[in-house]
Amino acid sequence: MGGYGDVQMLDENGLRMDGRKPADLRPISIETGVVPVADGSASIRWGTNHVVAAVYGPMECHPRKIQRQDRAVLDVRYNMAPFSTTDRMRPGFNRRSREVSKVTADALESVVLLEMYPRCKVRVEIEILCAEAGTRCVGLTAASVALAHAGIPMTDMVVSVASGKIHDVVVCDLNKEEDNYGEADLPMGILPNSGELVFLQMDGDLSPDEFKQAWDYNMEAATAIHEIMVEALKGGDS
Amino acid sequence: MKGGRVARPYNMSVNDDAGGPRSEGRASRLVAPGEDLGDSEGQEAGHGVLVMDGRLRATKQGRVTMNGNAVAIEPLRSAYIPRPSDLVIGFVEGCTNNIWFIDIGAPFNAILPMSLGPGKAAFGGTRSLMDIGEAVLCRVQEVEETHSSVVTMKGMGLRKIRSGNIEDIEPHLLGRLIGKGGKSLRQLKEDTDCRIIVADNGRIWIDGELDGIVDVRDRLQAMSAEAKSIGGVA
Repeated sequence: MGGYGDVQMLDENGLRMDGRKPADLRPISIETGVVPVADGSASIRWGTNHVVAAVYGPMECHPRKIQRQDRAVLDVRYNMAPFSTTDRMRPGFNRRSREVSKVTADALESVVLLEMYPRCKVRVEIEILCAEAGTRCVGLTAASVALAHAGIPMTDMVVSVASGKIHDVVVCDLNKEEDNYGEADLPMGILPNSGELVFLQMDGDLSPDEFKQAWDYNMEAATAIHEIMVEALKGGDS
Repeated sequence: MKGGRVARPYNMSVNDDAGGPRSEGRASRLVAPGEDLGDSEGQEAGHGVLVMDGRLRATKQGRVTMNGNAVAIEPLRSAYIPRPSDLVIGFVEGCTNNIWFIDIGAPFNAILPMSLGPGKAAFGGTRSLMDIGEAVLCRVQEVEETHSSVVTMKGMGLRKIRSGNIEDIEPHLLGRLIGKGGKSLRQLKEDTDCRIIVADNGRIWIDGELDGIVDVRDRLQAMSAEAKSIGGVA
């Protein structure tokens, strides 16, 4: 048993605190075009997470020293609003947001056709308005919908979802308590059309079998989330 | 839709439900990036389409169009990327002694050297010919691989814009504005009694009576809004 104290997170029927079964996702809704001045934007509500992503560009790359002669650069900024958590987040960059920005940029770079826009920059802003758990996954998913909405060419959209372990049971899409008091967390970035992986992190320990189970949950969830993303991009079409 | 047959807009007799819902009689389906568009055998990948492992893949959100055996995507949103011989409307953003920098709505400013400018002025006299903020109608002379471009004002009808109004629409909507063989544009000019120049970078110069200008603007904005209405809550 890991975590702090003995928080009961599974009932006798194997249901989780919010009544979900181990493989269930939190409710997800996606909306595009929420920032009219941006070239592309998306807003995701995922459980109690609320994330807005906006994309600007391609534009001239500033500062010039990060400019690349053969391709565009992705400038990803992940930021949590001061009011997004119960204890106030100090505004501005911190170690965690830098890390999340970097892994998000790395994941997106593998799908966006950056070589079509040499010397340019594509700016991706991810703002966490309300944080519950798994904001890096929500942010990455929102960013890929916003990129698609902005018409930036990409080979696939990245779907990101996390699975983890609570009380030795592998569960999909951890909520706040499960994330805080659980034993492990495995966020993944998946390309739903090819099943490739572009992002993988692990916090805590999983046995090979548990890892396989978490992997399967994530892959399955990615297909479901991808449908919602596509629906958000196509919605309103008659 | 995965692995299904590709919609063929020009072959309406083929009853193919892969075409999805058909709006206004136009057979075109909406796709998202990464979507499979069928086998690449005998098909050519056009704009917004890539061949990956023998399959056609969409790289943009938009509508599938078929032209001959080329599958392309008409994107819902796009950035202007200059191509040689494009007619563009630009704004003077800055200048040096013998060069103007023109904002043509692309990621990078184009340069307009004095030798290709509207007239001759002494070295250092660029601002006396065209000052910062002024609008010009010019043509893209060349575009380098790295997107730097040169524009010229030597040519028929290329000039500094002194009157009228400039409106912006997204470049991929120009086809719809102009219509087949310029039909819609001609109609618009007749209806509103305005002089209209449609530049390839999505900027549109409108000159005429105030009522006419307002009318054209309203129509352009309605068109943009309609094109943007796709997508929403899911």
